[in-house]
Amino acid sequence: MHEKKQAITIKGTRDGLTLLIDDTCSLEAIFKELDEKLGDTQPTNDGKLVSVTVKLGHRYLNKEQKEQLHDIISQKNNLFVQSIDSEVIQREEALAWKEDSEVKTINRIIRSGQVLEITGDLLLIGDVNPGGKVVTTGNIYIMGNLLGIAHAGANGDKDAVIAASYMNPTQLRIADCISRAPDYEAEGVYMECGIIDKETDKIVIDQVQVLSQKRKSLSGFERRMSNG
Amino acid sequence: MGEAIVITSGKGGVGKTTTTANIGTALALMEKKVCLIDTDIGLRNLDVVMGLENRIIYDIVDVIEERCKLHQALIKDKRFESLSLLPAAQTSDKTAVTSEGMETIIKQLKQDYDYIVIDCPAGIEQGFQNAIAGADKAVVVTTPEKSSVRDADRIIGLLEKEEMEAPRLIINRIRNHMIKSGDMLDIDDIVQILSIDLIGIVIDDDEVIKSSNHGEPVALTPNSKASIAYRNIARRILGETVPLQSLEDEKGMFSKVKKFFGMRT
Repeated sequence: MHEKKQAITIKGTRDGLTLLIDDTCSLEAIFKELDEKLGDTQPTNDGKLVSVTVKLGHRYLNKEQKEQLHDIISQKNNLFVQSIDSEVIQREEALAWKEDSEVKTINRIIRSGQVLEITGDLLLIGDVNPGGKVVTTGNIYIMGNLLGIAHAGANGDKDAVIAASYMNPTQLRIADCISRAPDYEAEGVYMECGIIDKETDKIVIDQVQVLSQKRKSLSGFERRMSNG
Repeated sequence: MGEAIVITSGKGGVGKTTTTANIGTALALMEKKVCLIDTDIGLRNLDVVMGLENRIIYDIVDVIEERCKLHQALIKDKRFESLSLLPAAQTSDKTAVTSEGMETIIKQLKQDYDYIVIDCPAGIEQGFQNAIAGADKAVVVTTPEKSSVRDADRIIGLLEKEEMEAPRLIINRIRNHMIKSGDMLDIDDIVQILSIDLIGIVIDDDEVIKSSNHGEPVALTPNSKASIAYRNIARRILGETVPLQSLEDEKGMFSKVKKFFGMRT
């Protein structure tokens, strides 16, 4: 029978190998077993690389430990680590996630020269006046007039949206796309939103109703979870 | 205990000094004890508009640097016993005054006067900070121009950070025919953007320039439009409810009769 319970189970899938690592034994034991299991042949230049997905279960590895694991696997013959998945994250990370996906409600007027920076989504009850600016890492919803600059998805989230009751902005920015007001004087639009059009990679303004089709996962938390 | 009101705008040339002179004069007309303070050090002109330039001996910098007593620097108005002016210095610059210095002066003046009206320099630097330092209330002056409204918005944002009542708005230099033709911002649009209470509108009136060149505030002329506007603003500061002046020109009796009969005027 078993001398000891196996700490590592290797599964072959179409996409490569999956290493299931038992989350009750010690890390040293795992490193040792890994070394034995994966053999000690030196990498050769022929043959295709095999991708490895490591599943840690309920074990938390810090950055150093992850690197160590990474190194052990990569040293082996034609293996490379695609991802290291864990069922658990640190409290800090979780809070950062929460912060990043929360809708923050702010009730004031953003006047000329003022900048409002928010992590996550912003619900602004009030106006953004010309010369004022709101910047968020998530979406921007404005119950009021957007006349200044709005920058959604400032960390590069191209799926972010900007919606306002009345929109006549100086500039709309989503991730690294910028669109500006036309040079002629234009009337604003009511209840519209700005999103990045996937095909042209430019910001387009449309009725807020289209959001339900084009951005199905607007509601924060799950979206961030799935995006990591 | 008096009340200190700062007249500010951000942008230059919108009529802060004229507004200060006229609100002060109108309040004095209503038998209030008023002191005007010019804080535009180095570019003083409130004294010129009031026609008191030749009476200046000491100024606000002399008071702050203790070369004279506060009452020595105050200039009595030539028309009203109850109106005084604390002039700015012409030779120093804005760093000669500190926020603390201003606060002390205003605290002293509040003992003796009902209203202290402070003329603020243009800009948002030290001069502005000094001017608003001792103020209890603020009045923001703007003209119906985009640039001036933008600056007023900036100023309101800065004032909101201070511990004072929400500022109130004066829209100056309104030209009715330009608003009608759509070439000038509408009063409603301005109020909507700035979203603060409107305390008065002043129509662009040649009388204002004429009288300020003579050193006589326009509020003293009995019937000009601007003069009525400034006196109305003073009444609103005193807490009265006064309807806004109509922008339309007064029409003759004949056209009123015609209107009455439903004929086109």
